[in-house]
Amino acid sequence: MVAKSGKVWKYGKDVNTDVILPGRYLDSYEPDYLASHAMEDLDKEFSKGVKPGDIVVSDTNFGCGSSREQAASCLRYCGVQAVVSKSFARLFYRNAINQGIAVIESPECVDALNHGDEIEFNLQGGTIKNITTGQEMTFRPLPPFVMEIINSGGLVEHLKKKLG
Amino acid sequence: MGYTIAEKILMRASGSDHVEPGEIVNARVDIAMSHDNAALVSKVFKEIGVEKVWDADRIIIPIDHRVPANNIKTAEGHKKIREFAKSQDIKHFYDVREGVCHQIMPEFGHVVPGELIAGTDSHTTTYGAFGAFSTGIGATEMAAVWATGELWLKIPETFRIKLTGDLNDRVFSKDIILHICGQLTAEGANYKAIEYFGPAVDKMSVGARMTITNMSMEMGAKAAIIAPDQKVYDYLHDRTDKEYNVVTPDPDAKYAKELEIDVSQIGPKVACPHSVDNVKDVAEVAGTKVHQAVLGSCTNGRIEDLEAGARMLDGKEIHPDVRLIVAPASRQVYLEAMEEGILQRFVKAGGMVINPGCGPCLGAHEGILAAGENCIASTNRNFQGRMGSTEAGIYLASPATVIASAVKGEIADPRRESSW
Ligand code: SF4
Repeated sequence: MVAKSGKVWKYGKDVNTDVILPGRYLDSYEPDYLASHAMEDLDKEFSKGVKPGDIVVSDTNFGCGSSREQAASCLRYCGVQAVVSKSFARLFYRNAINQGIAVIESPECVDALNHGDEIEFNLQGGTIKNITTGQEMTFRPLPPFVMEIINSGGLVEHLKKKLG
Repeated sequence: MGYTIAEKILMRASGSDHVEPGEIVNARVDIAMSHDNAALVSKVFKEIGVEKVWDADRIIIPIDHRVPANNIKTAEGHKKIREFAKSQDIKHFYDVREGVCHQIMPEFGHVVPGELIAGTDSHTTTYGAFGAFSTGIGATEMAAVWATGELWLKIPETFRIKLTGDLNDRVFSKDIILHICGQLTAEGANYKAIEYFGPAVDKMSVGARMTITNMSMEMGAKAAIIAPDQKVYDYLHDRTDKEYNVVTPDPDAKYAKELEIDVSQIGPKVACPHSVDNVKDVAEVAGTKVHQAVLGSCTNGRIEDLEAGARMLDGKEIHPDVRLIVAPASRQVYLEAMEEGILQRFVKAGGMVINPGCGPCLGAHEGILAAGENCIASTNRNFQGRMGSTEAGIYLASPATVIASAVKGEIADPRRESSW
């Protein structure tokens, strides 16, 4: 797979599931509805400006809080291809993988990325190129079975392949 | 080589004869619980294309989060769940009347020691109070469990926390777990299992232990487990005739961290906005104006919590500027509180008793906050915007502190208020 380009949306630590997708919007699973409220309680500009291929970058403990999968799926519906964080809360981590979003744990990458930077993200190769600063970073590849799920486009697609 | 409780349960569930932290296993799930999000789970389940669930008797579905339905979208979701449960012959389906999933799961005998329980709710960790390995998973994963009965899990490292000493007057297990959250921080136990043990745990009621395992999730814990004892066996006796295997840790089990806390050193605590680890002694925040008070939730909505709250009333009235919302955790708790005259005392004092369920805990309805308002709650999460406006503040505390504050109109030290 070739590198996909996008923009960086960078946030601080402990970005919790309630600000990624507030509980008041858990009443529907419509992709457009969820996408339009993504990150609403943290950054009202996000859902308006985010484009397919963009990545979300954060300090430690991204996605802490509830098990709500919509916190991951709303990002997927916005076209976010990866979340890069210094660390993740475990439920978000699992949910993101199951939604086919790459979750990259890398303090070095986080420190080298600024809000609004243009990037090129290559999951297979394990690299992020910061076009804005010219810096190129590598990260540890995800375990093979996780890559399988992400490459299938999420757990449902993966299971369909496996069971079908 | 010795194993922790978590390792032993996952070893059994995955059919392995040896596991190590970090290893990924495919485990067979004993019990799978989903609440209102069963609507989403069933949608994904259909997408997978399997016709029948792997084992209808191992799937439990309580509807509890927005009950009765707060809007049309919710009502449609609930309807879908009812239809799905019927079509799949899921007999352990509990409709909107029964109460919060984490309370009714044990009440109806679905939780026993030694089992692997997965739930599409983060506070599924609660059932560790009965010696089970129980953990939250996402809806898509649950759909996979419904289809296959299996779940991939990483074997977590285990922390061991020993609780010693006697609880002080008007100090509760809630204060202890708030203290621990403050010490370990909101990500301090991320991906870890926690085992609690020690004389102070032995002395706690099963309900008080559930408060601890429930809130361990707020530190990121994957599971929080207490080895069962006679109190647990007594609790289970009238509720299930299921056979179970009690799992205890090996004496030479390996722990990633060991802590000891003397609970007699701990007073009433409050987690201040907007993070569970922003924990202060009640004295530091006493005097903060309160507009709403919530007594309920899977953390502290049990009969002993309502009793503790009612005792704090001590014949006094709720402050006129405070809206007190009491939400018993389940129909059984509600009935018991009714029979004991506790609900009457709250209503007489000016409180509102609402139906059993999650109520205002997740900010969907039944007590939404406006900008600039503060709420003191016996719940488990104070994220910004959780109960309404992002400019409202949520303070987490014990039932006694909640009611003392509701009476005073400001955050109050339960040791200084009322005479009991
Ligand atoms: S009471 Fe609150 S924390 Fe408990 S299950 Fe319901 S929403 Fe979640």
